Amino acid sequence: MNPGDRRPAARGSIELAGVTKRFGETTAVKNIDLKIPGGCYCCLLGPSGCGKTTILRMIAGHESPTDGAVLIDGENVVGKLPVERGTAMMFQSYALFPHLSCTDNVAFNLKTRGVDKAERRAHARDMLDRVRMKSFADRLPAQLSGGQQQRIALARSLITNPRVLLLDEPLSALDEFLRLQMRGELRNIQAEFGITFIHVTHTQMEAIALADMVVVMDQGQIEQAASARDVYDRPRTGYVAHFMGGQNVLAGTVTGRQARIVTIASGKKKIDITAPPSATASAPAVGALFEVAMRRDRVRLSRAPSEAADAGVNAVSGRVSGIEYQGTWLKISIEDACGEGFVANVPDGAFFADPLTIGDPVLAHWDPEQLHFLASRSGKASETATAGPAGAPTAVAAG
Amino acid sequence: MQKLQTGKRPLSFYALSVFFVLFVLFLYGPMSAIYILSFQGPSGGLTFPMRGWSLHWFDALFSQQRTGDFAGAFTRSMILAAMVLLLTVAISVVAGLAFRRRFVGAAFVFYLAVASLIMPGLLVGLGVGLTFQTLGVQTKWFASALGAQLTWTLPFGMLIMFAVLSRFNRAYEEAARDLGATNWQIFLWVVLPILFPGMIAVALFGFTLSYDEFPRTLLTSGAANTLPMEIWGMTTNVTSPALYALGTVTTLVSFIAIALALGSIALIQWRRSRPVGNVSLAKEQE
Repeated sequence: MNPGDRRPAARGSIELAGVTKRFGETTAVKNIDLKIPGGCYCCLLGPSGCGKTTILRMIAGHESPTDGAVLIDGENVVGKLPVERGTAMMFQSYALFPHLSCTDNVAFNLKTRGVDKAERRAHARDMLDRVRMKSFADRLPAQLSGGQQQRIALARSLITNPRVLLLDEPLSALDEFLRLQMRGELRNIQAEFGITFIHVTHTQMEAIALADMVVVMDQGQIEQAASARDVYDRPRTGYVAHFMGGQNVLAGTVTGRQARIVTIASGKKKIDITAPPSATASAPAVGALFEVAMRRDRVRLSRAPSEAADAGVNAVSGRVSGIEYQGTWLKISIEDACGEGFVANVPDGAFFADPLTIGDPVLAHWDPEQLHFLASRSGKASETATAGPAGAPTAVAAG
Repeated sequence: MQKLQTGKRPLSFYALSVFFVLFVLFLYGPMSAIYILSFQGPSGGLTFPMRGWSLHWFDALFSQQRTGDFAGAFTRSMILAAMVLLLTVAISVVAGLAFRRRFVGAAFVFYLAVASLIMPGLLVGLGVGLTFQTLGVQTKWFASALGAQLTWTLPFGMLIMFAVLSRFNRAYEEAARDLGATNWQIFLWVVLPILFPGMIAVALFGFTLSYDEFPRTLLTSGAANTLPMEIWGMTTNVTSPALYALGTVTTLVSFIAIALALGSIALIQWRRSRPVGNVSLAKEQE
């Protein structure tokens, strides 16, 4: 599934056009444009209060946008009831009705449609079978574990035969072990039913493990909407790079500019970096802000004669300030390398061949092709959100 | 630190224990005397010693001789308490739901409703009685007294419903709406069943507060007496243990009401959390 695909191929494609939501004085969602292809597993990712749940609730029909349109399969659904939209929502705490058995919880939608008791219970049992909960049909929600409750909530939503399933932090109520297990089940059920899933989460690894398309949000705006790999590997902005983790971000003012080298001042340091390829046309002028990122696991370390040693191009010097063993690799924190913390993830084999200790002066360097040039934060994220393939419109390092 | 290790109880424990025992004796002692004396033999009097044991005075109570119209007063009180119960539950639930939306003047309306808790009951009854008289309407136990009693039961009912609703998760309603329920269906199939244990608590309060309500009813019940007023009348002119029998019977009714209420709440809680037995396991084999 290509998130940038414009064809309304599968059912359940969603488009937000200029959607804004205000609650009194505060603006939860600011003029958002977003297209989610049908049949896609999409994660809305961001810190709490970033507007992701508000977007979910506007698609579900539990909130109305202050401005803008919500389209499902090309049809504006603003003002329509959830059932008319063909959406179903799974609530954060599942909101299973405590007084009804699993069967009656799942059959609830059929009851509202006037289906008679025997028939709706038969349907509900079929659905329970599909989520492998048939043997719990007569239990009440309080008698189930968190993972079982989630399956019942899924069955209750899926029985409405929705085009779009909306999941509000579905895994947050579960412990770590169950979370990983249910994560896989969600993905399997999405594939089995072939409908659009929109999953709100604040956990980065959950989003990239599950999603075809990840929408990173901050302060009511979309920072990047792209495939999981693009969001992790090629973050569009410094914010996305920081939020997703796994990247070092070098930020500073351009102080010098030569043919192929840009010099930036970051903190007390001056760092020479290979200039972006001219194709991206974002060659920085002297005095401009410049941000560049590279993956922590693509940084190589070597011992330096001293902390203040001249680093050269595409390198920073500093002192080891932290070593964390992670099994197959080690997280090495380096102090005074640049304005902010700098981290290198070193494979265990390479590290233990010549183990560093805290306080050792080191040189951290990287290949020019590992550089990833970031858009400034004021850049309009929504442009990339609708254009595909994601990441392309912004400055992206080769590879 | 040393005290913890020795495990000896401090002096205050014994002092407070004595105080508690005195309190229990004071609370239940006189009442127990009345219950025991109500089983006095036919020739027995209002005080100890017991002259044999019998149900004679219970019989006298229901045969309406010189004891007044006990059966009539009891029936009126039960009907009145039932009306108060229904109205208190209905109004408290609706008011509780309304107060979830912070409407303009909500705080004012709330204090207005709750203020009657601190108003002297006799004055409320007097006011209601005077109003009926001014309007030229006869005071009746099922009209003016009903209204006067509601000023007493509604604040309690509303406060209980507020507490119940503060723990009510709105996601239930949203989930029901998401599944296609209309507002009425949400109310009937989701909100009411979830609130039901709380409604039983409100009903219990409504019933028992009405059943032994005296000051507000005294000047508003019109020509016919409710039970507490009948008892009050009997204390002045009945000089037989039938009076005690009456006390025993009314207490029994109160206890039955409480047991029914608590029992049904316990039953609902149990049904919602019972460990799964063989019954459901057997069913799923089919």
